[in-house]
Amino acid sequence: MTSADFAVDVRGLTVTAGSTTLVDDVTFRIAPGERVGLIGESGSGKSVTSTAIMGLLPDTLSTSGSVSVAGGGDNLLGKSDARLARLRGSAMSMVFQEPMTALNPLMRVGRQVAEIMTIHRTASPAEADRRAVALLDDVGLPNPAETAKAYPHQLSGGQRQRVMLAMALANDPALLVCDEPTTALDVTVQKQVLDLVLRAVTERGTGLLFITHDLAVVASVCERVLVMNAGVVVEEGPIETVFTRPQHPYTRGLLAASDLTATDAGGRLFTIATAAGYDPARLRRDADAETAAVDSPSSTVRTPAEAPAAVVEPSAAPVSEAADAVSTAPPIVSVRGLTKTYVRSRSGLFGRAARVEALRGLDFDIREGERFGIVGESGSGKSTLLRILSGLDQPTSGDVEVVGTSLRGAKERDLGELRRTLQIVFQDPMGSLDPRMSVGDIVAEPLLNPANLRSGVAASPAERRRLVAEMLDHVGLPAASVERFPHEFSGGQRQRISIARALVCRPRVLVADEPVSALDVSVRAQVLNLLADLVDEYGLTLVFVSHDLGVVRHLCDTVAVMRAGEIVETGPTEQLYDAPAHEYTRQLVLATPTLQHTLENA
Amino acid sequence: MTTHLDAPDATGVPVPPPTTTARRKRARPGIQLIIGASLIGLVAIVALVSLVWTPYDPETTVAADRLQFPSAAHWFGTDRFGRDVLSAVMAGSQITLLVGFIAVGIAVVVGVPLGILAGMRQGRLGDLIMRGNDILLAFPGLLLAIVFGAVFGAGTVTAMVALGIGSIPAFARVARSGTLQVMKTDYVFAARAANRSEFRIALRHVLPNISGMIVVQCSVNFGIAVLAEAGLSFLGLGTMPPTPSWGRMLQESQQFLGSYDYLAIAPGLAIAVAVLGFNLLGDGLRDRFDPKMRSNR
Amino acid sequence: MARRLLSSLGQFLATLLVATALIFVMLRVMPGDPAVVALGINATPEALAQWRAEYGTDQSLALQYLQWMGGLVRGDFGTSYVTSQDLSPLIVDRVQVTLILVGLSMLLALLVAVPLGMLAAIRHQHPSGVVLSGISQVGVAVPNFLVGVLLVAVFAVHLGWFPSGGWVAPADDPVEFARRLVLPVIALGSVQAAIITRYVRSAVLEIMREDFLRTARAKGLTKGAALVRHGLRNAGVPVVTIVGVQLAAMLIGSVVIERVFVIPGLGSLLVDSVGNRDLLAVQAIVAVLVLLVILINFLVDLAYTVLDPRLRKAA
Repeated sequence: MTSADFAVDVRGLTVTAGSTTLVDDVTFRIAPGERVGLIGESGSGKSVTSTAIMGLLPDTLSTSGSVSVAGGGDNLLGKSDARLARLRGSAMSMVFQEPMTALNPLMRVGRQVAEIMTIHRTASPAEADRRAVALLDDVGLPNPAETAKAYPHQLSGGQRQRVMLAMALANDPALLVCDEPTTALDVTVQKQVLDLVLRAVTERGTGLLFITHDLAVVASVCERVLVMNAGVVVEEGPIETVFTRPQHPYTRGLLAASDLTATDAGGRLFTIATAAGYDPARLRRDADAETAAVDSPSSTVRTPAEAPAAVVEPSAAPVSEAADAVSTAPPIVSVRGLTKTYVRSRSGLFGRAARVEALRGLDFDIREGERFGIVGESGSGKSTLLRILSGLDQPTSGDVEVVGTSLRGAKERDLGELRRTLQIVFQDPMGSLDPRMSVGDIVAEPLLNPANLRSGVAASPAERRRLVAEMLDHVGLPAASVERFPHEFSGGQRQRISIARALVCRPRVLVADEPVSALDVSVRAQVLNLLADLVDEYGLTLVFVSHDLGVVRHLCDTVAVMRAGEIVETGPTEQLYDAPAHEYTRQLVLATPTLQHTLENA
Repeated sequence: MTTHLDAPDATGVPVPPPTTTARRKRARPGIQLIIGASLIGLVAIVALVSLVWTPYDPETTVAADRLQFPSAAHWFGTDRFGRDVLSAVMAGSQITLLVGFIAVGIAVVVGVPLGILAGMRQGRLGDLIMRGNDILLAFPGLLLAIVFGAVFGAGTVTAMVALGIGSIPAFARVARSGTLQVMKTDYVFAARAANRSEFRIALRHVLPNISGMIVVQCSVNFGIAVLAEAGLSFLGLGTMPPTPSWGRMLQESQQFLGSYDYLAIAPGLAIAVAVLGFNLLGDGLRDRFDPKMRSNR
Repeated sequence: MARRLLSSLGQFLATLLVATALIFVMLRVMPGDPAVVALGINATPEALAQWRAEYGTDQSLALQYLQWMGGLVRGDFGTSYVTSQDLSPLIVDRVQVTLILVGLSMLLALLVAVPLGMLAAIRHQHPSGVVLSGISQVGVAVPNFLVGVLLVAVFAVHLGWFPSGGWVAPADDPVEFARRLVLPVIALGSVQAAIITRYVRSAVLEIMREDFLRTARAKGLTKGAALVRHGLRNAGVPVVTIVGVQLAAMLIGSVVIERVFVIPGLGSLLVDSVGNRDLLAVQAIVAVLVLLVILINFLVDLAYTVLDPRLRKAA
């Protein structure tokens, strides 16, 4: 586009909101065709930085420093909206995080892609429509002519993100800004979209600024990385260098907390606080070792047809002594031929009811003391399974027995025993706590029904206070928390409250539904450590549902992989990860970005 | 404007004190809330004072004092029967507030439980309730009031009941949509998993979490009821003479237009102040309760 | 799409059926034997019996309802018990008057409210936006009949620019028809304009926070252009909702304005009929009003489908 020696040049960018500094003196430059990652946790200022570059910050924030984009003249900061609008979408463009809301719901996607060309007059309306279809084809959307006529709600999240990308690339910008473009997507879809981004910017020589919290993702896409913390870039350099020889303690902490294969002397995950004991260079060594190890099985086990028969029986092939002990224990959860079909409610008088088969015949056992992981992408049926296990939903056919209680056709009042033995920790740390209740009331709520208590006798208020205080102490929250309300706590702390509520009645089975997927990596490690400690301490059986293979691998001894309402493979964790028998499992393992995998290509 | 900043959160660093915009807004009530509450406070105080004292008796006619322009003796003048307008306006606030309270009360007491029930029991019962609601929606409050007036005789009680019934659908809808949102949350699942009965869940989780929306709706409907009562009295179908009512005072002023305009100004202003107060209060409360609507000023 | 349309239509008819039955039953509770009301308390039992047979009030309620409904379907509202007038032409005449008044007022309200509401939203941080918002807030609180009374005082009594009321059919004298409509339409429309301005403003403010509007800006549109191209249609859904609600409210709410300006609309006829204890007329007018309200709700429902492709899915 131009002969400038940079795609974007940012100098001393500072963004303040009143007296708070959100971004502090950030300086970097991206060369044409260069791929730069900007990583940081929530509140680090990474999104503010990208929004400032695009000139989309709200008027209430003030900026200083300078931002120049190739072909955009000198400093863009403080320029008028009209002036910046001419550059947005032509010299620089952006892909946002939320594919579900970033497209206009009332406009056909083809028109939305064409619009970016007609706005900048890079094509006539007719030609823009034609090129929009070609662009949709470019980003790998099936049947591009048809897709162009679709409305956003008719596309999946991954497809919408492809549309966003087609739009962003339409005018061949010098700079593409991607703000967590794959965070909301499933791993297999994430990999496809990341590959697409990588291919597109390489082909076009576009400078890429890629914002993410995920170190493995950034390693798989970028050449250079900036690490941001509390508005300041604390470290920058080539991926290889930063990730294997981090200079700043924060970077080291982030790496340590992200690496779920590394544990300290006590067998616990590293957190930012304990990261001093972490050796980042092991990533490199592991990566080298894995190149050797992974290559062989993945080339030899490429025969999925012969595998399934041997695979479906859980705990059939004990690999370690621990698993051995578990497999002889009696099943505490037993699932047989479980199906669930939803009839989506008909709309209006003449609407036709739609049937959705969420679960199609599941069989498995979970034994007392086992840590059972369930892995699957969105739509796999894992949430439905979990709701049925927890007695919040009824099976359509088949049966589930939890600690001797059959859930088939069970009435709400028959579930007392189940509710006493099985408790849940939810995904969304805010949404699972009633904002109008104090933490003390939230944690005490299960104690209010005498049926939940082992004694079967109602607990006195004083007794309840004592139990709540004890529980909060156990999950590492100060005693004063009882008086406070959920919004006063951070995400990680809220998840601790949720755990306290689940355990206050001393259940035997703890079901955790993606309990760390909404948390920052550093907090994630803390919560995972806490969960592991409590499972040991209380002798719990853990059912852990997640889309994140790394987390499940760290925490669980047995894993079931779900897809489209079926379990495609069950087995001891290590075996399943190292030698996946089913094609889908292998796809999942390969699609999951890990630092080791990506560094081996670095 | 919402920004797309990352939410402040623990990042290994100590949790930042809760000083997000949302919380600062919470601590400082909006200007609308203050003005709205003041106006309603004014109306309420006038109503209370008028119970024990008004400058003149608002219902006594004094032939000698007919149609006097505003003066030191009669601040707002007198009407065609020589009644003091200020006294009548003061006493009229009683009827206004009474009608508002009863009408909104009926609508809340009937509409909110129905809405919660419809939200918690989706399926046949819920459908039935909402269909019934749709039918009721076809009868605007004013129409109901006129019909009820025909059937039971016009008067303040008829008007209050009719306006109340006419407002039920609004409350049922708000309560239902709020309940549907709450029932989808994980904290309700958690409560169910903790063996809490549906009734307890409705009481402890649903009601507190939709109360904000209900209060806003109350405020809005209070204003609507005040306007409707004034309209009915204007038509001669609301409060019956000699009880003072703002709407009827306006109607009576009509024949003196051009010569005694002050007769229309005082009750008209009174209606506007009361309705404005409730609308501002409603907007202010919405800003406080509904974070999505915040900073709409 | 067709299925959704069919289902709305079914719901429309079902609501109508239940609503008419409700009206019918409700008005049977009305005190006073219609025969006595019609003939006076001194009428002989024979005369009363004859009257009842003639008007069919001696038949069972169910039969009376069916006869009434049969008449409604054919557009026959029956004959007034009190005035012995054929109700159908009377009601049709009055409905036209009310529809003209309400329709013109809504048109005026929309013409004023849509641009002002948008302006108030776009400038919500600037003084001009705040002032606009404040004016509309006050406007919502003013009863339309107060506006009417004041308009008459100023423009009819003091200035004498317009007549203070009355009605002339447009076919008889179009100029006089228009002159007499100016004040009532302004009275009814200005308060509606204030209400709709507030809804347009909040709908647009809501849209301004949407992610897709940020996307539109990232594509190279200025704030204003992004709002016009991507925001307006999205803001349409809540605005259509409130226009429907307000139209329904105005059909009956206009009765007060009709009184102020001595306009022979449907609401005035209703109030008069209530005063005359004219059962059949009240019944017919309420049925017509309810039909119109249900029709408006039905049309609003259809408008959603046109505006929002997400609702077109026949699920």
